[in-house]
Amino acid sequence: MIFTIAARELRSLFLSPLAWAILAVTQFILAWLFLAQIDTWITLQPRLAAIEGAPGVADIVVAPLLANAGIVLLLITPLITMRSLSDEYRGHTISLLFSAPVSMTEIVLGKYLGILGFFLALLLMLTLMPLSLLAGTDLDMGKLAAGLLGLGLMLAAFAAIGLYMSSLTEQPVVAAVTTFGLLLLLWIIDEAGTAQATGVMGYLSMLSHYKGLLKGVFNSMDVAYYLLVIALFTGFTIRRLDATRLPH
Amino acid sequence: MSSNSLVTAAGLYRYYNQHCAVNDVSFELSRGDVLGFLGPNGAGKSSTMQMLSGNLSPSAGEIIINGIDLLDRPKDAKREIGYLAEQPPVYRELTVNEYLDYCARLNRIPRERRAQALATAKDRCGLADVATRLIGNLSKGYRQRVGIAQAIIHTPAVVILDEPTVGLDPLQIREIRSLIRELGEDHGIILSTHILPEVQATCNRVQIIHQGRLVFADTAAGLDARMSATSLVARFGNPPDVSRLLALPGVAEVAALDDGRMRIDFTGDSPAEALVEQAVAGGWRLQELTAERHTLEQIFIELTTGDAPGHASGAAA
Repeated sequence: MIFTIAARELRSLFLSPLAWAILAVTQFILAWLFLAQIDTWITLQPRLAAIEGAPGVADIVVAPLLANAGIVLLLITPLITMRSLSDEYRGHTISLLFSAPVSMTEIVLGKYLGILGFFLALLLMLTLMPLSLLAGTDLDMGKLAAGLLGLGLMLAAFAAIGLYMSSLTEQPVVAAVTTFGLLLLLWIIDEAGTAQATGVMGYLSMLSHYKGLLKGVFNSMDVAYYLLVIALFTGFTIRRLDATRLPH
Repeated sequence: MSSNSLVTAAGLYRYYNQHCAVNDVSFELSRGDVLGFLGPNGAGKSSTMQMLSGNLSPSAGEIIINGIDLLDRPKDAKREIGYLAEQPPVYRELTVNEYLDYCARLNRIPRERRAQALATAKDRCGLADVATRLIGNLSKGYRQRVGIAQAIIHTPAVVILDEPTVGLDPLQIREIRSLIRELGEDHGIILSTHILPEVQATCNRVQIIHQGRLVFADTAAGLDARMSATSLVARFGNPPDVSRLLALPGVAEVAALDDGRMRIDFTGDSPAEALVEQAVAGGWRLQELTAERHTLEQIFIELTTGDAPGHASGAAA
């Protein structure tokens, strides 16, 4: 049942030109950044070859690419998630889901998986770029995998937040703006605060947990952070959907 | 609860903040019933429909669908419900086939029965010709039919239709009504509307809801009886004395109307036959004789505003 809803969500995403436009633009921007990094690598390579234990192609090309991808995806996530539930409210199609024999949890997880499906496609296309380097050089697959895991988890967290914001309003644009605001806040939250506060704020920051994984350090705390965010916001969404039917 | 009761609603309340939209509504629906829910706008029709379909939780009360408590076991109960909201819940970007297939999956119709269910629903709602078209490109009438097809695709015990003919042209309305009557043969149907002829055309039971309360519940025949005539209107070329008309059996009151006609209120059996005999014998030159029926409108207004339906008040006493 979850997969039925997810398939419909994904299908509707790809039936609108928005999803295709986003895929194309993202791919173009990231390809540009990728090529720029390759350029840097080519200029640096003669000098790096002389140094023992110098940073490899994974550090100089892949890590910056994934770091930039994080920012680009922060910008586009609101556009993908904004319509997820808002459109169901606005088009009155939510009554179809409410009167069908499915639970709120199934509805929310279905919607969520649908969005993740889109991001998976985006991630796969992105992954092809670093993999193409294998044709000419060795690549630290461990670092690449850690970076991709980090990006994937972060995207999943973005999606959960976006879905929740979409459940709050009938207006997709409002959902997009609030999602963007919250994501950006979580991205830069560690920049503020005094020395004592930095610890807490640093833990809340999306960016600080991503940095570790980009370096190839797999820290279960970072993974737990993203999983917590995902669980928290999908939980909120389920509660929110339940609450739309309750007397108030 | 009788064994063939499809829907039992008991003591339903629904509050929006302090406003009580549905106030102590209770009723039953049996197999083969087409129940018309009448009421002016804002009377609580839609709220009641939404509660019955699980789109809204009641503030208090109990809903049993085909023996299953909707609030305790929503998933099982919702298998027995088909619901068409005021706005048909259709995805404009899907074709009719894709949409109905999605609905069939949502309602957990097993894969091997899905194609058959789709074909049946399309056939019943006359959608075969537009099956491959995008719902967004269909006319309002067809979209409404897609909405109905969605509600009956899993052959639920109860079909709940909220104002199914709103915004359709007369031809489409007639088609939808005949479809509803047809569906009524093997589903229990609850239909909400504020259009009175719709109830006369399709329903065998009627409930009138006003300000959240049920003010009238009867069979369509019962409603018909309430509407039956208690007055005659006659025009004479040579009008007799009022006292001669009053002398006719059952006549309670005679009033001259502005246009020279006379209204004769009566109790019990119609005095029409006696009146005609007297008119011929007395040379009153009877030119016109009509039995006045209360329209559903009059009864509706009487029930919802507390006013008596005009002139009939004297005769009813």
